[in-house]
Amino acid sequence: MQRAVLPVLAALCFFLLPHPGETAAIATLKSLKLDVPASDAMFPAGPGSDAMNNNCLACHSADHVLNQPSLSREAWQEVVNKMITAYKAPIGPDDVKAIVDYLVRTKGTS
Amino acid sequence: MQDHDLQRSGLTRRRVLGGMGISGLALMSSPVSAQETVDLHVPGGPSTRIITTSYPQKGRMILQRSSPPWLETPFEVFDKGVFTPNDQHYVSWHWATFPGDINVDSYRLAVRGQVNQTLSLSLKDILQGLPRFDIAAVNQCAGNSRIYDVPRVAGAQWADGSMSNAIWTGVRLRDVLDRAGVKPGAIQVRFGGLDEPVMEGAPKFLKSLTIDHARDGEVMIAFAMNGEQLPLLNGFPLRLVVPGWCAVYWVKMLNDIEVLDQPDTNYWTATGYRVPYTPHSTVKPGETGFKMVPVTRNVPRSFITNIRDGGSVPAETPASARGIAFGGDCGVARVDLSIDGGKSWKPTQLGADQGTYGFRQWQTQFTLPARGAHTLMVRCTNTRNEAQPDFRIWNPAGYMFNTIKTTNVVAA
Repeated sequence: MQRAVLPVLAALCFFLLPHPGETAAIATLKSLKLDVPASDAMFPAGPGSDAMNNNCLACHSADHVLNQPSLSREAWQEVVNKMITAYKAPIGPDDVKAIVDYLVRTKGTS
Repeated sequence: MQDHDLQRSGLTRRRVLGGMGISGLALMSSPVSAQETVDLHVPGGPSTRIITTSYPQKGRMILQRSSPPWLETPFEVFDKGVFTPNDQHYVSWHWATFPGDINVDSYRLAVRGQVNQTLSLSLKDILQGLPRFDIAAVNQCAGNSRIYDVPRVAGAQWADGSMSNAIWTGVRLRDVLDRAGVKPGAIQVRFGGLDEPVMEGAPKFLKSLTIDHARDGEVMIAFAMNGEQLPLLNGFPLRLVVPGWCAVYWVKMLNDIEVLDQPDTNYWTATGYRVPYTPHSTVKPGETGFKMVPVTRNVPRSFITNIRDGGSVPAETPASARGIAFGGDCGVARVDLSIDGGKSWKPTQLGADQGTYGFRQWQTQFTLPARGAHTLMVRCTNTRNEAQPDFRIWNPAGYMFNTIKTTNVVAA
């Protein structure tokens, strides 16, 4: 049974494919040694910018935050809470307030 | 999908490059200033992004985040053909800690857990010891187009370019699992890569599939895209390809496969990447009390690629529109164009079917009846008869956006 089916399948594939012939010929992979850029950009200076620089930049560059939309205080608080509870950012209570205030001042909705 | 073990044929580099076209090649090699920017035209801003050429093996990309990199494919790339060039295939990482230095001789893929025999596979074992196949599939972030949410939500502010299509070459996950021998009682398979969290105690990035999905014969361990080894930033040397499903499942730098007999409780599977369990994953902003479920499959989408929003089109003269569509986790049945803001629709002509899960080109002619402002819309219906919705999809995390795309033009 299998012997009968396989050639038929093979023939079908051959005729149905638009460009039969070559296979994806890749036989071996080549080692890579590449530099992935990092960013040393800091947050725009102002009240709370030290707390931002000290707590946020270990995991992600500043442009992550700077490219976010304007959000309400509640939404920013939720973002910072997620960084602490889900992603384990070790942010002290004083810095949490400074960070949320910074975000609301620079990227708030009101 | 083509079977190399049945017929030694497939999608060749020549065909891939032919699909991209001459202009695609020219675009890839043109030198560009580092200060170039793009305006994403998003109300409320910030709208401007840097175009970067600083990332290894990557050409012009929209810089959404420097580290860990979020690099978006510039939209004009999608007008060049259905296969996205590797050097403009979008990039997204969750954690910044992943290697830039990978030795192909010492790299190993572990297969462990509820298996009869734990495996430690070399790249040679994978490239030379198992049947390979090709599959075209769109790799799309669950948060693609999040920037268009109203109201806006936090997260990667992708426009429409956190999606890319490639012909992937690799081996069946099923064959690898069969070689290890899955024990009775296995329910899920969990995947991990070389990326590690930065903070102690933070959740390593892992995703799981059900055992049946993992063994469906389409889920692939890919070692090549478009006939070349994967770029580092797209997951070199191995990445999981889950055709029709969101990119979060397509684990990069794959080095660990764990067969589980208990539901995966890790953060990324059990808590992250959730959408409302409602039609079209959509809710009203502020609404509460709905059940949340994981993002899974892609949903149908379509785009006009040759006419920009805010562009001009000649009035009372035939003009051409073309673009791309994909069905999500099945093929494209039809793509319709409206030139009157969605009041009436006309079918377009579909290009060659280059794979159920890939982009499909469409094109048509249209004539705008009078000078002035007009609204073009394009709508994909997939082979399960699911069409893109005309209302604005919204959910708290900004996933699965597939609202019909509107392109405003002026007839002159």
